[in-house]
Amino acid sequence: MVGTGWVGFALPISSMLTNPFATSSAFPVRLSLVSTGLFLGLFFFLPLVLVFGVSLASRGLYGGISWIATWENYQRVFDPLVGVIFFRSLLLAGLTTLVCAVVAFPLAYCLARASRPWQLILLTLVMIPFWTNFLVRTYAWVLIFRADGILNSLLIRVGLLDEPLSLLFTDVSVFVGLVYGYLPFMVLPLVATIERISPQLEDAAFDLYASMGAMFRHVLLPLSTPGFLAGGVLVFIPTLGAFITPYLLGGGQNMMLGTFIQQEFLVARDWPFGSALSFGLMGSVLLLWFLLARTSVGKDPS
Amino acid sequence: MNMLCQWVGLLILLVAGGCSESSTSSESQSSQRPTLYYFTWSDYVDAGVVAKFEATRGVRVVIDTFSSNEELLAKVQTGMTGYDVVVPSDFMAGIMGRLGLLAELDLAKIPHVQDLEPHLQQLSFDPTNRFAIPYLWGTVGMGYNSEVVTKPPTSWEALWDPKFSGRISMLNDEREVFGLALQSLGYSLNSVDPQVIQLAKHKLMKQKPLIKAYTSEQFDQLLVAGEVVLAHAWGGPIARAMREHPSIRYALPQEGGMMWTDCLAVLASSPQRALAMDFVNFLLDEEVALATSQRLLFASANRHVRDRLPEEIRTNTAVYPPSEMLARMEWLEDVQEAIRYYDRAWTELKVH
Repeated sequence: MVGTGWVGFALPISSMLTNPFATSSAFPVRLSLVSTGLFLGLFFFLPLVLVFGVSLASRGLYGGISWIATWENYQRVFDPLVGVIFFRSLLLAGLTTLVCAVVAFPLAYCLARASRPWQLILLTLVMIPFWTNFLVRTYAWVLIFRADGILNSLLIRVGLLDEPLSLLFTDVSVFVGLVYGYLPFMVLPLVATIERISPQLEDAAFDLYASMGAMFRHVLLPLSTPGFLAGGVLVFIPTLGAFITPYLLGGGQNMMLGTFIQQEFLVARDWPFGSALSFGLMGSVLLLWFLLARTSVGKDPS
Repeated sequence: MNMLCQWVGLLILLVAGGCSESSTSSESQSSQRPTLYYFTWSDYVDAGVVAKFEATRGVRVVIDTFSSNEELLAKVQTGMTGYDVVVPSDFMAGIMGRLGLLAELDLAKIPHVQDLEPHLQQLSFDPTNRFAIPYLWGTVGMGYNSEVVTKPPTSWEALWDPKFSGRISMLNDEREVFGLALQSLGYSLNSVDPQVIQLAKHKLMKQKPLIKAYTSEQFDQLLVAGEVVLAHAWGGPIARAMREHPSIRYALPQEGGMMWTDCLAVLASSPQRALAMDFVNFLLDEEVALATSQRLLFASANRHVRDRLPEEIRTNTAVYPPSEMLARMEWLEDVQEAIRYYDRAWTELKVH
């Protein structure tokens, strides 16, 4: 079996990243370790240390950073008000991930089982929207959801509505925007996983008189778990801190974590508190990740 | 499988590329001519005016834009920005001056400082124009669709009118929104008393169910599209929306309203201050300022411009407020540490 629990969970992502740039075996291991270390140190570790440093500083009188060490920013992170924002963002991110998974599975299945030329065409179609800037695509939803927008005009013309629905600047419009934006992140790991499930296993299930539903439940679903987990992480984490979608489609009505952090940096000019919030977000994502890893190890059939 | 992996890798690269928004202005090959770097608001760029400066002075002007004072401050505070001339708003010009980010202006090189509108002289954030000179100015008021809002609003209270429930928008700006509520309660919009700020919050809580959106970027489009009929708004965008939709109007409240001015300033780090000050003087020149105001529909700080503007711009209250209202208008000032009370109250408003 390919994906066993915790290890298999990370496997599809790593294979995705390394395969396109397959390294020749002649490449010295030590050199590759040094270059990887340098890259991570420079572009991952150093910025993180900087943000952490700022999160321990104080807000300057005019909004800059004054280097007086304090824990106060972290105390403010545990304010119940921040808890409400966090919980709301968590709920929305969880729901988005769930709906993405449900929508993505049939699509990924068709993609994985399609013949080669079709597979390329379909994958290109999944990718094409990404050639347009995310901001522009999100603005397009504003035009779709508006009272005189495409959706309302269509529904009125068909006769389903008499009055335009108020869709823009609701939780629904934020939710739709998030599902739309992050769906491909769920589709692609699922395609990679389903492709590796032999169609013969499905045939075997049917030979044993399994119904369509039983085959799905006992064969496809368990074997696709690594894809769901990888896709789930790729969707859940960015949605939890999403900023543009709630900002443009939410009408600034309900504060989300992403908009809250943006507000601290660009409105309140409180960089230290904004940095502490970012670290709080990162810490809670790590915590969730470990909980998930533990439960997925616990369920490991091997 | 291998093929698929390549596609996935490519996609990840594409996503990463699509997310990063490049904001650097395109620069052609370096020419021999001196280059001036101008950092201004995204809706302040008038290509014709800049081309005229380039032609008459034999220089090149590179324009980059920002969309908030905080963004400007953040960029300038990082140090080596390379910009020469920047356009901070009133309170931000004060902050930047006190932080030592702005060069002292040589007023002998900027004779047009003599032409400032009377109400833009000796402003508290920089009374002697040591660091900054007002450039364009305007007000905060209410934009409305006169087909639906048939009685012109005369007070901020109109924004609490249940008749327009779900069709009102407010600026997505904590100081502007709280300033409005404070003013309607009879307090100064620069109050620093946490209890007073709480009072304003309670008033705003009552308003929240009526609000379609808090937005500083989309209110003019929402008015034109009919999504909202009454909007807490800056005058300039409303004046431009009137061109698209003739039934859109602008009203100032009897409580006073707010006034703002964006200022021209030269960065202390600018290597070519003489050229920068020449540019500042050029932008304040009567002919140039006239062309700017006509194009952008913002009022000019040059007092000679108003009388030369076409009637429909000169008498448009979204561009020039009636002179009897000027005296009652308040300026937004930096509240320093008290911003924390505003910030918390604003977050509470957005959470509930």
